[in-house]
Amino acid sequence: MLASSSWLHFVQTLGHPRLLFDSMLTSIKLPIVIRAEINLVLVVVTALGLLSRLYGINFPKAVVFDEVYYGQFVSLYTKQVFFIDESGPPLGHMILAFGAYLGGFDGNFIWNRIGAEYSSNVPVWSLRLIPALAGSLCVPLCYLLVVELGYSHLTALGAALLFLMENSLIVQSRFMLLESVLIFFLLLAVVSYLRFHNAQSGSPVRLAWLVLTGVTCACAVGVKYMGLFTYFLLLGLAAVHTWQLIGDRALSNGVVLMQVVTRFLALVVLPLLLYLGFFYVHLNLLYRSGPHDQMMSSAFQASLEGGLARITQGQPLEVAYGSQVTLRSVSSKPIPCWLHSHKANYPIRYENGRGSSHQQQVTCYPFKDVNNWWIIKDPGRFVQDLVVSSPPRPVRHGDVVQLLHGMTSRLLNTHDVAAPMSPHAQEVSGYIDFNVSMPAQNLWKVDIANREAEQDVWKTILSEVRLIHINTSAVLKLSGSSLPEWGYRQLEVVGDKIYKGYQPSGVWNVEEHRYGRSLEQRERELELHSPTHIDINRNLTFIAKFLELQWKMLTVKHEDSEHKYSSSPLEWITMNTNIAYWLHPASNAQIHLIGNFVTWTLANLALAVYVLLFLSYLLRRRRKIEDIPEATWCQLLQAGVVCAGGWAVNYLPFFMMEKTLFLYHYLPALTFQILLIPVVLEHLHTHMLRWAPMTRLGLWIESGHRRSRTFAQGRKRLREPFQRKALLKTCFVECITLILLVSTSTWDQRTLGPETV
Amino acid sequence: MLRNRRGQMNTGEQSPVSTHHESTQEDDRLSEGDSQSLNGTSAQHDQGIYSPNNEAQSTAFFLLVVLLSFSTRLYKIMEPPHVCWDETHFGKMGSYYINRTFFFDVHPPLGKMLIGLAGYMTGYDGTYPFLKPGDRYEHHNYWGMRGFCASLGSCLPPFAYLTVLELSQSPTAALITAAVLAFDTGCITISQYILLDPILMFFIMGAVLSMVKFNRQRYRPFSTPWWFWLVLTGVNLSGALGVKFVGLFVILLVGMNTAWDLWSLLGDLHLSLIDFGKHVLSRVFGLILLPLFLYVTIFAVHFVVLNKSGPGDGFFSSAFQSRLIGNNLHNASMPEYLAYGSIITVKNLRIAGGYLHSHWHLYPEGVGAKQQQVTAYLHKDYNNMWLVHRSNDSDAQSGEPDLVRHGDIIQLEHKETTRNLHSHLHEAPLTKKHFQVTGYGINGTGDPNDLWQVEVCGGRKGDLVKVLRSKVRFLHRATGCVLYSSGKTLPKWGWEQVEITCSPYLKETPNSQWNIEDHINTKLPNISLSVLKPHFLEILLESHIVMIRGNSGLKPKDNEMNSKPWHWPINYQGLRFSGVNETEYRVYLLGNPVIWWLNLVSLGLYVVMVAVASLALRRGVQLDKRRIGRKHCRVLMEGGGLLLLGWLLHYVPFYTMGRILYYHHYFPAMLFSSMLTGITLDTLLQSADLWLRPPYSDWLLRGGQAMLFLAILDSFYMFHPLSYGMRGPLAHDPDSTMAGLKWMDSWEF
Repeated sequence: MLASSSWLHFVQTLGHPRLLFDSMLTSIKLPIVIRAEINLVLVVVTALGLLSRLYGINFPKAVVFDEVYYGQFVSLYTKQVFFIDESGPPLGHMILAFGAYLGGFDGNFIWNRIGAEYSSNVPVWSLRLIPALAGSLCVPLCYLLVVELGYSHLTALGAALLFLMENSLIVQSRFMLLESVLIFFLLLAVVSYLRFHNAQSGSPVRLAWLVLTGVTCACAVGVKYMGLFTYFLLLGLAAVHTWQLIGDRALSNGVVLMQVVTRFLALVVLPLLLYLGFFYVHLNLLYRSGPHDQMMSSAFQASLEGGLARITQGQPLEVAYGSQVTLRSVSSKPIPCWLHSHKANYPIRYENGRGSSHQQQVTCYPFKDVNNWWIIKDPGRFVQDLVVSSPPRPVRHGDVVQLLHGMTSRLLNTHDVAAPMSPHAQEVSGYIDFNVSMPAQNLWKVDIANREAEQDVWKTILSEVRLIHINTSAVLKLSGSSLPEWGYRQLEVVGDKIYKGYQPSGVWNVEEHRYGRSLEQRERELELHSPTHIDINRNLTFIAKFLELQWKMLTVKHEDSEHKYSSSPLEWITMNTNIAYWLHPASNAQIHLIGNFVTWTLANLALAVYVLLFLSYLLRRRRKIEDIPEATWCQLLQAGVVCAGGWAVNYLPFFMMEKTLFLYHYLPALTFQILLIPVVLEHLHTHMLRWAPMTRLGLWIESGHRRSRTFAQGRKRLREPFQRKALLKTCFVECITLILLVSTSTWDQRTLGPETV
Repeated sequence: MLRNRRGQMNTGEQSPVSTHHESTQEDDRLSEGDSQSLNGTSAQHDQGIYSPNNEAQSTAFFLLVVLLSFSTRLYKIMEPPHVCWDETHFGKMGSYYINRTFFFDVHPPLGKMLIGLAGYMTGYDGTYPFLKPGDRYEHHNYWGMRGFCASLGSCLPPFAYLTVLELSQSPTAALITAAVLAFDTGCITISQYILLDPILMFFIMGAVLSMVKFNRQRYRPFSTPWWFWLVLTGVNLSGALGVKFVGLFVILLVGMNTAWDLWSLLGDLHLSLIDFGKHVLSRVFGLILLPLFLYVTIFAVHFVVLNKSGPGDGFFSSAFQSRLIGNNLHNASMPEYLAYGSIITVKNLRIAGGYLHSHWHLYPEGVGAKQQQVTAYLHKDYNNMWLVHRSNDSDAQSGEPDLVRHGDIIQLEHKETTRNLHSHLHEAPLTKKHFQVTGYGINGTGDPNDLWQVEVCGGRKGDLVKVLRSKVRFLHRATGCVLYSSGKTLPKWGWEQVEITCSPYLKETPNSQWNIEDHINTKLPNISLSVLKPHFLEILLESHIVMIRGNSGLKPKDNEMNSKPWHWPINYQGLRFSGVNETEYRVYLLGNPVIWWLNLVSLGLYVVMVAVASLALRRGVQLDKRRIGRKHCRVLMEGGGLLLLGWLLHYVPFYTMGRILYYHHYFPAMLFSSMLTGITLDTLLQSADLWLRPPYSDWLLRGGQAMLFLAILDSFYMFHPLSYGMRGPLAHDPDSTMAGLKWMDSWEF
C-alpha cells in the first residue's frame, strides 16, 4: 500500500509537469508554497485499477498455472541458489523474489503441481502483490498514453476503462506471473518517450523523461525478451525523430551533435548497462551451487559456493607429467560427461556385422566415477614411472603425451577401425595387444584451444584442450550418440578425422586434478579413490560469467513439448483458445484465461478501420487531396505507430517462433490494440461522423465484462453455466454478448475433452 | 523519402546561389527533369558526359567480359570425368525426366527439366544411374548437361556488367563488377557442374537486369521496349521461382521496386488516375499474372512428362498415386465405402506419414507393456493389412456386409498376426506424454481396450466412410485418446520405423488423421477409382505442400558440421566437390578470398559512404562544387540502395531458416554484393577530388583502378586450381601447388 500512495503523488505530478515546474520556480521567490493539481479522473481510474486487480488476490490459496514454474525460481532466489532459466533474463525473477522477500518467504515449498494447496509458510498475498500492482498501474498509464498522443481526456478515459475491464489482463495480473510487469514497463516506456518528445526542448524534465525511457526499456527487456520488440519500435521512432532534428538547419551543428549523443547514450548505452547490471546483481545474489550447475563450464561451477568448488578447491593449477586428471567434455550436448573407460571390450562383431578391434571400451560417462581418472604420461618414460617429479614438469601446448587409464592401466589409443555408432570416424580404445599386427597408436598432441589467453601451460579447469592423435591426426571427440547395451548406454567417444574449426564436442578440460605420488598400481588405485588436495583460488570475471550465462540461456533448448493449452498465433486474434488456470478439485470453481469477447472484437475492428483510414488518407494525400489538416494527420500517424505498430511488433514475430505458444503471449500486443479503439473512435467522431455512441458502447462493454468476470474471479457460479434464465431478461445488446459467451463456454467444454472438469 | 531529399537538395542549392525562387512543387519538377537528364534519356546532358567514344568503350568492355566469362567457365568443363557432389541428385533427376519416371524433390521442377532437356538434346539417353559422387561417367554423354549449366553461368558477368552500367552509367564500375564475378573461383566452380544454382542465378540476374532496363524506360511508358522489358522481367521471375524457392527473394525485390515506382507515379499529378490505373494493370499483368501462368505451366509440363510410377510415390497421397502408371492404385478398382469384414490399409495423412503397420516383434523390456509393436511404415507391405471387425463380434458374416459409419465402435485386427489394435495407460516409447499402442489378443479376441470409435472428420453421425477420400480419426474408447503418428523414428528394436502413439490431445492435426487406402471386400461391388483422380490444382497444391514439408524437414543432423550464415560472407569454409585424398583429383568450392573479402570491405565502405553523404545532404553541405559530386550521391543511394536491398533479401532470411544450410546458398547474395562493390569502389575512386587537388586525384583514380584489377587477376592466378582441379599433396604440404595459400584453418584443400 505504501507503494501505491507514492504512486498517486507521482501520477499527480505526471499530469501537469509544467505546472509543477512553474511552482518550483515561484517557490524560489515566495515562501514555500505547495500547489498540487489533482486530476481526479486519473485518481479514480487508478483506484478502480487497484480495486479490480488487488481485490481478493489471496484466492485461491493454491498454485495457479505458471506459478508452478516461476515459483521454483522464487524459491531458489530466496535460498540464493544458482539456476538458469532460458525463458527470460533475471529481472523478472528478481522482482517476483522481491515480493517473496517482503513477505518473508523462506523458499520451502515444493512447486511440482498446479492446484497444490499452499502451505502456511507461503505468503501468497505478497507473492502476488507486485504483479497485481504493476497490472493495476497499467490502467492510469493507458490514460496518460492516449493523452500524450494528443487525444481528448474522454478518449483517454475510454482507453483506461477498456483496459480496466479486459478480463484476460485481470487474470494475468492477479497471480505470480510476469506479463503484467512486462506490460507495465512497456507502457511506461512509451509514455515517457512521448513525454520526452512532446516536452519543450531544453528543460531538464525532458532529459529525465528520456532517461526514464531508457531505464524502463531496459527493465522491460530484463523481464522478458519479448520487451525487445517494443524497445526496437521505440528506437525506430526515436531514429525518425532524430533524423528530423538533424534536418533542422536552424540548429547549429554543435547542438545537433549534443542531442544525438544524448539520445544515443540514454536509449542505447544506458539500457545496455542496466541489462548488464541485472545480471551482475543476479550473479552476485545467487552464489550457491544448485540444480543447473551441470550445464555450466567447470570454471563457472568452480566459482559457485559448494558443488564443484568444494572438490576443486585445493587442486594444483598446472597439469604436469604424472598428474591424475578427469577430463570433462566442454560440450554439454547431449549431457555433460567425463572421459571414461572400464574393464569391458568392444564386441568382436556388432549387430550389423561390422567388426571391431575388440580392445577395451573408451566412453564418456555422465556421472562421477573412479573410472574417470586418467594419468598424464610422458611417452619417453616407463609405465612404472607415474609420479610427478619435484619440481613438477608442466605439460605445454604442443607437447606429446600418453593418457593412461588409472584403474586398468590401458593407454588411450585410436586406429583405423570404424567407431561403433559413427562409422565415418575412428574407434577409440584402451590399447590391448592381441598380437594381431594391430600396433599401439597411443601418442596424443596437446593442443590448447584458448592458449592466447592462458599462455602455454595446460591448466586445470581453465584450459580447453584438443587431443590430436599423432599417427592419424584425428581429434578425440564426443560423437553425441550413445552406445547400446554392451556399452552400458554410455556415450560414444571417437577419433574424428575431418574435424575442423572449433567444435565444443572435440574440446576437453581437466576438472579434477591431483599430482600422483604412488609408485605401485595398488597404491595408485587407493590414491585415485581419495579426495584431491592443495589449494589454489581462481575466479571468473563478471563479464566472462555473464557471457557464458547469456550464451547458455540463448542456446539451451528444451525439447518442444506440446501442451494441452498451447495455441497458435492465429487462434489469438479470434480468441479461439483459452487456458484453464485453476480448478477447485471439489467445488468445481475455476479460473480461465479468456478475453473479453467484445473488447477483442472491437480491437480487431478498430485495427481494420485504422488500416483502411490510413491507406485511404495516404493515397489521397499523395494525390494532394487533403481531407484532414496536417496536424491531425501527424497525430493519427503517431497514434498508429504506437498502437498499431505496438500490436504488430508484439504479435507478428510469433509466427516465426518455433516454441510452444500460449494465449498470454498475445497480451502485450492486445494492450496496444485496445488503445487503438478510442483513438479510432475519436477520429471517426470528430472527422468523419458527428455522433456520440461512446456512452452506449461503454454500456455494451460493461455488460460483456460483467459476464466474463465470473471467469476472472473464479466464483462458484460457473457450475450452472451463466444462469441463463436471469440473463435472458436483459436488453438486446446483452443478449448478443450472452450468446457469444455461451457459445465460447460450450465450445470450451468440447475442446477440453473428457479429461477436464 | 527520395522526393523529399531531392527537394532538400534543391533548397540547399537555392540559398547561396539564389537564382530560382519557385515553389516546392516546381522544385520537385525541376529535380525530376534533372534526374531525367542524368538518367541518360534526355539528349544534351547525356552527350555532355558520355560521348560516342564512351559508348564504344563500354561496348568493347562488354565484349571483353563476354569472352573472359565464357572462357573461364568452359575451360576444362569435362574435368573431372566422374560425378561431383550434388550432380548425383540433379543429374539423376534429369535422367528421370528422360525416362518419364515420377520422383520427389524439394525444389520446383524447372531447373531439373532444363537439365533433362539439355541432356536429351545432346544425346544423353538417361541410362546412367548417378549412384554416388565419384562414379565414373565412362561412355555416357555428360558434356551437354554440364555445358548447358556452364553457359548459363557464363551469362552472369555480362548481365552484371549491363546492370551496373545501367545503374551507375560508369563503364569502370561495370567492369570492376564483371571482373570480380568472372575471376571468382567460387562462381566458376559452381557454374561448371550439373547443378541448379547456375540456372537459378541466371534467372535472378536476368530478372534484375530486365527490371533495371525497364526502370530506364520510365519516361517512355507503353512503348515497345517498355513492354519488352516488363514481360522479360516477368518471365525471368517465373523462371527463378521455378528452379528453387530462393526465387521468392528476387520476386520480393522486384515487387518492392515496382511498389516504389508506382508510388512515385501516383505522386505525379500530371498523370491522370486513368493513366495510373493503366500503369497498375500492366504491371499486374506483366509481373503477377504472366509469371503465375508460366509457373503453373511448368508444373503442368512436369506432371504430364512424369507419368510413370517411381521412387517419389510414397511421399504423396493415395489420390495422387492413382495418376501414375505402374502404381497399384493406377486404374484400380475397389469398394467405395468401408464395410465390416473388409481388409484395409490405413495411411496417415501427415505428409510421408506411412501406413499403420505391425509385425511379429514385441516392444522390448522397459518400453511400456511387452506386447506386439505397432508402427508406421512408409513402404507397401503385407504387414500393413488390417481387418475391420464389429465390436461385439457375434453375428457371423452373412449376405450383404454392413457398412461402417461415423461413430461406430470397431476393432482392427492385424491380418498377419491376428492381434487387435490396442492401447492402454502406458507411456509411448518416444513421445512420453502419449499412450502406447500395441497389438494385443489373439484371433480377434481381446479386451475392451481394443475398441476404437471411427470418426469422419467434418462428418456427422451415420456418415459412411469413403475409401481414399474420407479423413478418419480413431478414438480409443477406454482412454479417449486418438491414434496418432508422431513422426519420430524408433530405435533399432523398432526397425527404425515410425512411432505410433495414442494422443490425449484431441486437436485435429494431420498426425491424427488417416485415410483408407487399399480396401478388399469380395462381397461388395468394386467401383473404378478413376473418378477419384485429383484435379490439376489439387495436385499442384499437394506437391507444393510436400515440397515445403520436405524443405523444412531437412534438419541439420547433430553430428554433422553444418554451415552457418555468418560463415558465408567471410568465406569461412567451402564445400568439397570432388576428391579428398592426395591422389585424387580435387575440386573445392571456395570463393576467391581476395574478391570475397573485398566485397565484405566494400559493404562496410558503402554503409559509411551513404551515411556520410546523406548526413551531408541533410545538413546542407555543398557537395556539388566539384565535378559531379551530386550524381555520385544519387548513384550511390539509388543504384547502390537497390543492390543493397537485393543483397539483404537474399542473405538475411537464411538466419531464420531452420533447415540445413550450405555454403552455396550465399551465391545469389554474392552476385548483389559484387555489383555493389563495383559501384562503391568506383564512386570512392571517382570522388577522390573531394579531398585531393586535381592532378593528384586523377593519379589516385588511375592508380587505384589499376591496383584493383591487378589484385583481382593475381588472386585468380593464385587460386585457380580450386576450380580447375588439384592433384598431389594437400595444401599444408610445402610441395603442394596450393602451398602457403591455406590462409584460414577451416579451408580444406
